[in-house]
Amino acid sequence: MQMEITTLTVHELQEKLKNKELTSYEITKAYTDRIAEKEKDVQAFVTDLSEVALNQAKEIDDKRKKGEITNNLAGIPIGIKDIICTKGVRTTCSSRMLENFIAPYDATVMEKINEEHLIDLGKLNMDEFAMGGSTEYSYFKKTRNPWNLDKVPGGSSGGSAAAVAAGMVPWALGTDTGGSIRQPASFCGIVGMKPTYGLVSRYGVVAFASSLDQVGPMTKDVTDCAMLLNIIAGHDEKDSTSVDNGDKDYTKSLKADVKGLKIGIPKEYFGEGINPEVKEKLQEAIERYKKLGAVVEECSLNIADYALATYYIIACAEASSNLGRFDGIRYGYRTENYTNLKELYRNSRSEGFGAEVKRRIILGTYVLSSGYYDAYYKKAQQVRTLVMQEFAKCFEKYDVLLTPTSPTVAFDIGSKSNNPLEMYLADICTVSVNIAGLPGISIPCGVDKEGMPIGMQLIGNRFSEEILIRTAYTFEQDLKFRDNYQPKFKGGAR
Amino acid sequence: MAKEDYEMVIGLEVHAELSTKTKIFCSCPTEFGGEPNTHTCPICMAMPGTLPVLNERVVEYAVKAGLATNCEIARDSKNDRKNYFYPDLPKSYQISQFDKPLCEHGYVEIEDDEGNPKKIRLTRIHIEEDAGKLNHNEFGGGSLVDLNRAGVPLIEIVSEPDLRSSGEAERYLKKLKSILEYIEVSDCKMQEGSLRADVNVSVRKKDADKFGTRTEMKNMNSFKAITRAIEYEADRQIDVIEDGGKIDQETLRWDDVSGKTFSMRDKENAQDYRYFPDPDLVAIKLSEEYIENIRKGLPELPESRKARYMDEFKLSEKDSRLLTASKYLSNMFEEAESICKNAKSVANWLLSDISRILNEKEMEPENIPFTGRDLATVVQLIDKGTISSAIAKKVVEELFENPKNPEEIIKEKGWIQISDEGAIKEVVMKILENNPQSIADYKAGKDRALGFLVGQAMKETKGKANPQMLNKMFLEELKK
Repeated sequence: MQMEITTLTVHELQEKLKNKELTSYEITKAYTDRIAEKEKDVQAFVTDLSEVALNQAKEIDDKRKKGEITNNLAGIPIGIKDIICTKGVRTTCSSRMLENFIAPYDATVMEKINEEHLIDLGKLNMDEFAMGGSTEYSYFKKTRNPWNLDKVPGGSSGGSAAAVAAGMVPWALGTDTGGSIRQPASFCGIVGMKPTYGLVSRYGVVAFASSLDQVGPMTKDVTDCAMLLNIIAGHDEKDSTSVDNGDKDYTKSLKADVKGLKIGIPKEYFGEGINPEVKEKLQEAIERYKKLGAVVEECSLNIADYALATYYIIACAEASSNLGRFDGIRYGYRTENYTNLKELYRNSRSEGFGAEVKRRIILGTYVLSSGYYDAYYKKAQQVRTLVMQEFAKCFEKYDVLLTPTSPTVAFDIGSKSNNPLEMYLADICTVSVNIAGLPGISIPCGVDKEGMPIGMQLIGNRFSEEILIRTAYTFEQDLKFRDNYQPKFKGGAR
Repeated sequence: MAKEDYEMVIGLEVHAELSTKTKIFCSCPTEFGGEPNTHTCPICMAMPGTLPVLNERVVEYAVKAGLATNCEIARDSKNDRKNYFYPDLPKSYQISQFDKPLCEHGYVEIEDDEGNPKKIRLTRIHIEEDAGKLNHNEFGGGSLVDLNRAGVPLIEIVSEPDLRSSGEAERYLKKLKSILEYIEVSDCKMQEGSLRADVNVSVRKKDADKFGTRTEMKNMNSFKAITRAIEYEADRQIDVIEDGGKIDQETLRWDDVSGKTFSMRDKENAQDYRYFPDPDLVAIKLSEEYIENIRKGLPELPESRKARYMDEFKLSEKDSRLLTASKYLSNMFEEAESICKNAKSVANWLLSDISRILNEKEMEPENIPFTGRDLATVVQLIDKGTISSAIAKKVVEELFENPKNPEEIIKEKGWIQISDEGAIKEVVMKILENNPQSIADYKAGKDRALGFLVGQAMKETKGKANPQMLNKMFLEELKK
């Protein structure tokens, strides 16, 4: 029974709740049992809330019996990336700096999750402060890929992706600054969406790069993705950059129909550096779309060469400023080793942050320094405008752009963690979407010879989530990836 | 060369706390004081994940200040981050404005040292947030951080280096204070730090066309200290130059006790603030209509009020200027005048006795404890002959000590003027009887004797006798 429940999607669970085939407690118990069984292999959780979750599930079942709760999603569990503030539960960003930080407030997305009475199963592992593409840069643990425990789950939302893939949570929230939802979704064979910048409130999400960060769904399928997007999207007074886009029901876009849909294939995303097996699966996907009636054409997006450099300048610049508040004064890690203010700052930050975070703070500080600002930060902002214009041109002709999510499948743990540049290259397909503030979704499109999942990225125009969902759903219904492939928890010999 | 061969060049950066009810980026109260860290929330404490939302009132107030100082208002403006580490700065950056301030290219008119009108140009006015405060821990080492003030909105008003003396600097500052008070965007309480100035001073030979190297004194918050500091610093710089030395561009600390400036920061530590646009906030776009509406809503400013006083009340230019320099003094004048309709007398009381008492008590006009209605009553009592001017002076002094209705004061103190003919006559007869020499003197043509007799009578009645009646009656008796 346990296995069965944890393989169901949320929309299936919701149906069973509604028909009284399952209670919230039964569902939650199945998940906490699964966590107890798999966590030692997967290492997805920074904070496990199983005990609290079971109590909450009982309460919700009681309330449902009494008719106090009627919402069908109430009592369904969820996992939360540990960068999203949860009142009363520590939010660590997988950093020593925030190892014991408990926010006195909920992020706006958490308020929305709580309003639906979803049950938080725990806080999920990530690269420290969301900086990384493999979840190896967590201060606490390295999360493993459920398809092969010797491989990384991707990152930075690797804990979320691995937990969903391993059936340890039915769905999860991630954040995406340069691909941190889509790339791990791709590595773990699940669906991950980065919404349009401004669609989801950033309030209470610890900032990495404010102009790029977005919260998004990480789910087993596109239907769950639309459902979770329904919950988290919406204008928030507390976030000046959030946009009022009306109240949309994204599940209405779950229609298997791409007839006449114009799909552009930017050739720059299929060039050098893209693994041949990835290319092959993407080619099959293109053929599938053609078969389904879409109009597919090669196009050009002549920015890929600059996008990565632009991304690292903007993201690091903002991060260097955003992470200044972790100074050991008010909260977070404080060194014991200081005799004056300067030492308090220097040692707290030296000891509290990991190497990758420090690398990016230094890079960001450098590009904002007087004398370098114009050459780096200002130039990057100009390129950013060009990237937006290039995309805008594409969207005059196409409804959706199709690219690989990552140039490769999940790589071996330890294979890139000492080579930052190579690690940065894993973001090459995803960063320009953040730079332009566009929505992007990654869905599985097959596996390689070793059985590792390959992700396909669909990019839409601003606020075209409905088109993306329909395009992704149509493909999913035809390919039936989940029916044919499931993670096997291979390897992991210790 | 002598000091007279040099001139000072002064520019001021004035920080004024805006009197909005809530902070610039969160809804905490801006109220001064309060137990440490009680006017705070996760946003102004810079908890992880929190975001700023710009208080629209702050923009409105800054635009008001810009319009009242003849600035151009930017239609497209933005917030920038100024990055530096200090324990009173919780985000490790201050949200300010760098290259697109809300207001630019304004001016304020003052009088130069010769009394001629002079325009002091304003480079810019921008909005920013205040930092918190460090309190030194009385229980052992270290400091404690109080973030009540963190996020209180400020405008920074930057002048061009147009000021040429400490007197001009003081008049400029007073004028700014008065304007900000009139438009009600800041309460300008210097002792609470809601108006403070960074003072830039340099000196140059009078015929030089280039400015000298300047030094900066930060966070000055009294007129007296600013004047003294400018004088001291200019003298110091002249001495250094005369001795063949060079002025270092640096930040100095003014020590009010010793009356000297001290070097504050080592130059190696020149700060690089790494300004960049705050990605958490959106551009500030202002429509013509928005700006025009604020312009239309501006109250009468000191300049036009002054002109009106000269025209409507026939007051002198000087009196009109002095009265309108303070909104509170001016408002009190208008309130009193509207009741007693004796502008000249009200103006006199405000500018002589009341201003003198304020000076003695080192009080600001806003702290006058009585109302314009009380002052009007005093003037009316004089005009009706109920009290003499001499008594009125005592009433005004009493109003500062125990403010209440002046009629009650004179009743309680028994200060009502004696205007009863019989009573006056009695006093006159008594004084004449006791001073035969004065009668003789008067009859011998010495008019001064009359004044002496009246004085004696006033003394006898403790100032309560009606002086006109005394005069008249003495004359009648002396002529007999």
